[in-house]
Amino acid sequence: MNYLLLSSQFLTISLDLLVGFVETLKIFFVTLLISLPLGLLIAFGSMSKLKPLKWFCNTFVWIIRGTPLMLQLIIVYYGPGLIFGVGKGLSAYLSTFITFGINYACYFSEIYRGGIESISKGQYEAGKVLGLTKGQIFFKVILMQVVKRIIPPMSNEIITLVKDTSLARIITFYELIFFAQRYIKDGGLLWPLFYTAVYYLVFTALLTLLFRFIEKKLSYYKV
Amino acid sequence: MAYLDIKNFTKSFDKTEVLKGIDLSVEKGEVVSIIGSSGSGKTTLLRCINFLEMADGGEMLLDGEVLFNEQTKNEKDEVLRKKRLNFGLVFQSFNLFPQYSVYKNITLAPTVLLKDKIKKYKKSLNGISFKEKREKVKLFKETELKLIDEKCLALLETIGLTEKKDAYPCELSGGQCQRVAIARALALEPKILCFDEPTSALDPELTGEVLKVIKELKNKDRTMIIVTHEMGFAKNVSDKIVFMADGVIEEIGSPKKVLENPKSEKLKHFLQSVTNKDGE
Ligand SMILES: Nc1ncnc2c1ncn2[C@@H]1O[C@H](COP(=O)(O)OP(=O)(O)O)[C@@H](O)[C@H]1O
Ligand SMILES: [Mg+2]
Repeated sequence: MNYLLLSSQFLTISLDLLVGFVETLKIFFVTLLISLPLGLLIAFGSMSKLKPLKWFCNTFVWIIRGTPLMLQLIIVYYGPGLIFGVGKGLSAYLSTFITFGINYACYFSEIYRGGIESISKGQYEAGKVLGLTKGQIFFKVILMQVVKRIIPPMSNEIITLVKDTSLARIITFYELIFFAQRYIKDGGLLWPLFYTAVYYLVFTALLTLLFRFIEKKLSYYKV
Repeated sequence: MAYLDIKNFTKSFDKTEVLKGIDLSVEKGEVVSIIGSSGSGKTTLLRCINFLEMADGGEMLLDGEVLFNEQTKNEKDEVLRKKRLNFGLVFQSFNLFPQYSVYKNITLAPTVLLKDKIKKYKKSLNGISFKEKREKVKLFKETELKLIDEKCLALLETIGLTEKKDAYPCELSGGQCQRVAIARALALEPKILCFDEPTSALDPELTGEVLKVIKELKNKDRTMIIVTHEMGFAKNVSDKIVFMADGVIEEIGSPKKVLENPKSEKLKHFLQSVTNKDGE
């Protein structure tokens, strides 16, 4: 085969995979959009003085963290259709966003909780004797200290999410790996599948740099 | 009646009685030191005064106003918050906010509390046009912020840390941190400033600078309650010394009376153990 043809094929496939990668990025960003705030709500729930709420949140987190994400995807995607009759299930998009959002919210909630509980009682009390409300103490005093503490575990989890997005393929969410696999079926080309690693690697490298930057930005204080 | 009047304060944790009926009065401008061995309930007393703990029983009046009695025990957070503002508390472990500069540590609470003040001011403005109201509120806010800034700068001078205004707590020595904590408490102009062993977490060579600041506050007629193990300092700065043992006030009186003519065996024993430690 001639060189020109090869490189034009490489370019075409690269662009095609890029379209697949944009789908992957959709899962990534929508999941963060849902799970970052939802995780905080679950964290507050699991630290609540209301026993039933606390119990509910803890049990929920246990179930979500204790079962495979793949299984959760299948249940959310196929479950409603099976239970309520054919054709009433959720779309692949919606199932993926809901499942990933909730799954990651549970992981994040544990990180948030650990971060919040690691802040000394003295910080709350200092806020109290200065006449601040509970909300003011949390947002003005505690939050930035928690943020600094949780950046390393959060970056770990977020980088894991980049790779977990590939699980959505099994409920027909057409993301990067799915795009690459078509070349095996259609033209017997295996290399595009191997080549997807480059997309993941570039993206996780960017994220790593971003988190390093944030850590450096926050290095002016110690907690 | 005294400025601060505490009568028969009691407090238990589970089944341990920590305060067994404390009577204490403090006059305006007076400095009262509390001494006593570890576990005698000094911290708990300060925490009850500052509403970090709720006493179980007794009564507390400040300037004639009832702050605590049997009826006020279950008050809402909102009310407690206002009551806390009568007092300032300087902790043994400073508890500065690490993410904020010295300046922001001192101005944070006044700035946040300014929002309430502005709300109140807004309500007081009636019968003027929307635009006029907005102008007035803006002017009010600017004036108040300027006052906060000026007060902070003055406090920085008092504690001798003007040049550390933009430093972060992690860049300061323990002594400097504690001085900032004192300024932070003073920024809200509490009626009574409480100290819980302000120098106990410091290296010996750093205690002097903190004690010096407290002494200067005495010269400015601040009303203060100081829990301390520094006997020399207590003798020097106090109008009254309180000796606590096992949750009761065992002895109370002028520094001379308490430190030089102790009556009870417990106080004699305590003073002996303190001097022994100093002699080491
Ligand atoms: N939150 C608490 N829960 C249970 N016990 C406490 C608590 N705070 C203090 N205590 C107990 O109360 C007693 C007095 O403590 P404290 O007021 O700290 O004494 P001091 O400051 O004089 O050393 C101690 O025996 C301590 O163990
Ligand atoms: Mg103590």
